Amino acid sequence: MLLADATNYVKDVDNVMIYIVTISVIMLLGVTFTMIYFVIKYNRKKNPKGANIQGNLWLEIIWVAIPTILVLTMFYYGFSSFTILRRVPKDAMVIKVTGQMWKWSFAYPNGKKYDTLYVPQNKSIKLEMNSVDVNHSFYIPAFRIKEDVVPGRTDYLVFNAQQQGKYDVECAEYCGMHHAYMLNKVIVLPQDEFQKWVNTPAPPAAKNESPAAGNASKTQTGGQQGQKGQ
Amino acid sequence: MANHVIAENYVDFYKEKGKHTGLGAWLLTTDHKRIGIMYLVAIVTFFLVGATLGFLMRLEMLSRGRTIMDPQTYNSLFTLHGLIMIFLFIIPGIPGVFGNFFLPIMLGAKDVAFPRLNLLSWYLYISGGLFAVVSVFLKGGPIDTGWTFYVPYSIRTGTDVSWMILAAFILGLSSIITGLNFITTIHRLRAPGMGWFKMPLFAWALYATAWIQLIATPVVGITLALVAVERLIGIGLFDPSLGGDPILYQHLFWIYAHPAVYIMILPAMGVVSEIIPTFAHRTIFGYKAIAISSLAIAFVGYFVWGHHMFSSGMSDTARWIFSLTTFLVALPSGVKVFNWVATLYKGSIELGTPLLFCMAFIFLFSIGGLTGLVLGALATDIHLTDTYFVVAHFHFVVFGGGGFIFFGALHYWFPKMFGKTYNEKVSKAALGTMVIGFMLLYFTMFILGYEGMPRRYYDYLPQFATLHIVATVGSWILVGGILVMIGNLLVALKKGKKASMNPWGGRTLEWTVPSPPPVENFEEIPVITHGPYDYEYNINGDSDKMEENYH
Ligand code: HEM
Ligand SMILES: [Cu+2]
Repeated sequence: MLLADATNYVKDVDNVMIYIVTISVIMLLGVTFTMIYFVIKYNRKKNPKGANIQGNLWLEIIWVAIPTILVLTMFYYGFSSFTILRRVPKDAMVIKVTGQMWKWSFAYPNGKKYDTLYVPQNKSIKLEMNSVDVNHSFYIPAFRIKEDVVPGRTDYLVFNAQQQGKYDVECAEYCGMHHAYMLNKVIVLPQDEFQKWVNTPAPPAAKNESPAAGNASKTQTGGQQGQKGQ
Repeated sequence: MANHVIAENYVDFYKEKGKHTGLGAWLLTTDHKRIGIMYLVAIVTFFLVGATLGFLMRLEMLSRGRTIMDPQTYNSLFTLHGLIMIFLFIIPGIPGVFGNFFLPIMLGAKDVAFPRLNLLSWYLYISGGLFAVVSVFLKGGPIDTGWTFYVPYSIRTGTDVSWMILAAFILGLSSIITGLNFITTIHRLRAPGMGWFKMPLFAWALYATAWIQLIATPVVGITLALVAVERLIGIGLFDPSLGGDPILYQHLFWIYAHPAVYIMILPAMGVVSEIIPTFAHRTIFGYKAIAISSLAIAFVGYFVWGHHMFSSGMSDTARWIFSLTTFLVALPSGVKVFNWVATLYKGSIELGTPLLFCMAFIFLFSIGGLTGLVLGALATDIHLTDTYFVVAHFHFVVFGGGGFIFFGALHYWFPKMFGKTYNEKVSKAALGTMVIGFMLLYFTMFILGYEGMPRRYYDYLPQFATLHIVATVGSWILVGGILVMIGNLLVALKKGKKASMNPWGGRTLEWTVPSPPPVENFEEIPVITHGPYDYEYNINGDSDKMEENYH
């Protein structure tokens, strides 16, 4: 949904989108209808001899200058909204994210590890993301954010969820056979419920899913020869 | 200059008896026209293979879960589809076929500067294509990395990556040699009197393209070779587990692959600049602006590669710089579109099939270009990169732009190349069908992308189902249109009426020689005294219309 308020950042992105698309639609319709109008008006039957107009310097200047101004405003608008995304508030809660073929896992400041992303409402969250194998990309469409998760480095994402609910997480950088199934959820809870959740130890089954256990080393040895497709 | 006297008694290049006969007359030829036809056959074949793969992928996406294939097959299909469409169809397409056939004629020359090198390029192209085909059937199985070969996945996968890299390397060589040949041809072989600004705009576009081919292609050749070396002996350049850097790979890849996007589109823009004045029967509006904007695109195009990597973990400084340059590279394309539309003003317009292709191009390419602005802006790109929005955007640009004009060029020059006319009613109907199918298939993808459907996904969440069905139905209509279009041309080859020397009333030099042209094109090299689209100056070529010939 356009202009939803899942996070305070969504409107920023959607407004940039609306701005650029509005100008684009005007330009597209302008060009298309002018073209069709000329083709009808200056049809060979009605207009047997064409005029030999070589060009017009003023027109060339105008249709360079006006688009230049327009695209510079688009650039600036896109850039200034984007800087919001890169600003990390001091009080942000850091959650460590690990991507691996083909699942995500999460580690909380108190040491809790889990395989679904639970976050408190109205609290800035900083995801610090690593990959243990190939490139992935952590993408939450409803929040309009994504960032690649590249092995050998730590990338981050920041958001502040405004509404309780469940949102899809998808891997957006192709990572092999089950790339399309590298899905997850963000579950936004009220602060107190989140506190309760984060302070309850994860059930053993979920714990085993966490990367610190068996899987990371498994992928390590999977190494060179890699994941041959079946 | 108008030597239409020869039109009656001459031997066209198909019939001319050379040193070799039969198949040898083709495979050992150095005639730029025969080489152009050989490219045409190979490139259309690869296009049909690529389109079949696209069609099958869409069939898989008709329903959730497995429809007709498993995930590994889907992953190989989009990889092969992307590689075929990029390296075997759209990059060599217009330069290989129409550049070879028409550049020398439009310059008033007998052949390209290095005819034998030209044949070598064709052989390299075919060898590259064969390597690509062979790699599919080798033990490791068809490559599954995506056409971008991103590391570390391309180092770890067990599929036959190295063979495909070899294929891409050889194809790159072919592209470099063609570029070199065209640059030299344009510098050295223009007819007497043809100054730079009396050159047809198609030649300008090929000139700008050729420089990109020459300078940018080696970068990808080396980069891909390094990936192969990394796979073989693990030197640790790109693989982080050996101390390498995957982001470095992405930079090197896009330093080539973004300029390559202009290799795909500039020649098409050149063709549009030929077709529009011919059908408007008036001179082009803003000749110099169009010519110079080609060079500007080629130049600025080198500095925008980072816009493919806005979410890859580049520094924030790099992100905004590349965003700014990306917005600037949009301007010269805009200039071209405005000048084309202005060329229709006060023209005397004949609504022939090639012009309709150009109108479809302007509409589809504008959508592709304008959505490029959405992707150039940082905030929106972060959301949309690697989604169906991008898939839609690049199909609008390279397929709606480059691909449609490949076929537009074929319809424009078909009478000249084969001396036959085709049924215009059928070609117009086919084009209309293609545009409708195209819009259903790809416009829906913009919406899917904004809603968060990632690309290269074998399966999808339930909320995306309806639009995926619409897109698949669109692909059926699109492919139907393509088949009718090609069928119509095949029928024309067999049964088409004889085409005249100048069926559309064009003014450039190819319309002053017979259809099909004789071996050395001109009986005597023309002397140029006027601009390429001068409708005040009357050439004596017959400008009877194709329509009249047909009915
Ligand atoms: C019948 C025509 C076509 C159909 C049905 C078609 C369909 C598709 C589909 C379904 C995808 C995969 C989307 C995904 O899962 O991410 C795709 C990807 C792609 N297509 Fe096409 N396409 C067609 C023509 C073309 C043309 C003419 C070109 C280029 C000139 C092209 C270039 C590409 C590229 C580069 C990719 C990306 C491959 C990758 O992700 O590695 N396609 N196409
Ligand atoms: Cu992934």
